[in-house]
Amino acid sequence: MDEQRFQQALADDGRIEPRDEMPDGYRKTLIRQIAQHAHSEIIGMQPEGNWITRAPSLRRKAILVAKVQDEAGHGLYLYGAAETLGADRDELLDLLHAGRQKYSTIFNYPTVSWADVAAIGWLVDGAAIMNQVPLTRCSYGPYARAMIRVCKEESFHQRQGFEAMSVLSNGTPAQRRMAQDALDRWWWPSLMMFGPSDDSSPNSAQSMAWGIKRFSNDELRQRFVDATVPQAEHLGLRVPDPDLVWDESTGHYRFGEIDWSEFFEVMKGNGPCNRERLARRVAAHEDGAWVREAAAAYAAKRARSVAAA
Amino acid sequence: MTTGGGFSAAGGHGAVPTAGVPSTDGGRPGGQPLWEVFVRSRRGLSHTHAGSLHAPDAHMALRNARDLYTRRQEGVSIWVVPAKDIVASSPDEKDAFFDPAGDKPYRHPTFYDVPDEVQHL
Repeated sequence: MDEQRFQQALADDGRIEPRDEMPDGYRKTLIRQIAQHAHSEIIGMQPEGNWITRAPSLRRKAILVAKVQDEAGHGLYLYGAAETLGADRDELLDLLHAGRQKYSTIFNYPTVSWADVAAIGWLVDGAAIMNQVPLTRCSYGPYARAMIRVCKEESFHQRQGFEAMSVLSNGTPAQRRMAQDALDRWWWPSLMMFGPSDDSSPNSAQSMAWGIKRFSNDELRQRFVDATVPQAEHLGLRVPDPDLVWDESTGHYRFGEIDWSEFFEVMKGNGPCNRERLARRVAAHEDGAWVREAAAAYAAKRARSVAAA
Repeated sequence: MTTGGGFSAAGGHGAVPTAGVPSTDGGRPGGQPLWEVFVRSRRGLSHTHAGSLHAPDAHMALRNARDLYTRRQEGVSIWVVPAKDIVASSPDEKDAFFDPAGDKPYRHPTFYDVPDEVQHL
């Protein structure tokens, strides 16, 4: 399908649905984006899953189990959306396991204390919401609908994280130190979640024209900083950026330089937990093979007994 | 890996590369069948399409659908339908297919002029 007719269809209907004609580039861009988004969700279960058995109370444990289960659900909504474009979930998982498709760099950092679980909810899911809310108006129907569901659930994730952070920062001096330490370690990686500046990127311009992307990486990052700094102040915590300052003239915070070399190293596979995360995912998939086989065997047996009856 | 623009924040849960990554290799069929899921959110409303999932059979599909689409009491009833059994009109012919209704505005009550002072019409 030629680009001009597609642009006209976008202008007329606003939304593209699975069986509509679409340019090959649009389809491929969406599959790549949705698949890696899905991978991020399921890999994201690991850093927090790490704390389920050690949550400080039954209440926190129940919340954490529900949250990690939500991340699995988000992955499944997204793999489902990618499949409406002709991709196959098993194949996408193969590409993840082979390291050929990526996931968000943020999940390659370790969760060394309970405060890290709080910080992930507050900062990482807060940043994810900034990215995902514009996608609820994305031009591809199934992706947009999946995002509406995800955003509703993500709101619980962010709030429970902020609440847990608030308990720590209003707790004992040791708890306060733990909260500050988590913020110190998660702040910059969270800002990196928006990716390097893409103002002059041809890929971004194309995604904007296709209605897949609505704001630049820098715009989304600025929104996150503007929303989050006052929250840190409310918690009585210090954002680890000596250059952070409120700019009266622009109505935005100015913040320091991001160390992009760290981002690229983590994306390449050299973050603190890359190998561990991927190995865990592959092991979970392989160790679960017998469950899939048993389910298939049971389904076949039931089908036979129904046919015989 | 390229720098400066090879990543999209609007890729969801953190930036992911927009180039240099395969999109798909062209299918690997043979996994569990695909099911479309319809959820009735409360009695009195009809079932609405919620999404899809994979499951080896209808029973597992129902259980998976419960865990995937009604974790927050979004439903009181679920239908699962094998995706391959759904017959759909083609988007390619949507103009021609729905065209017969296009020139019949007189099927709508707003087509008719009624004096303001006349009630209960």
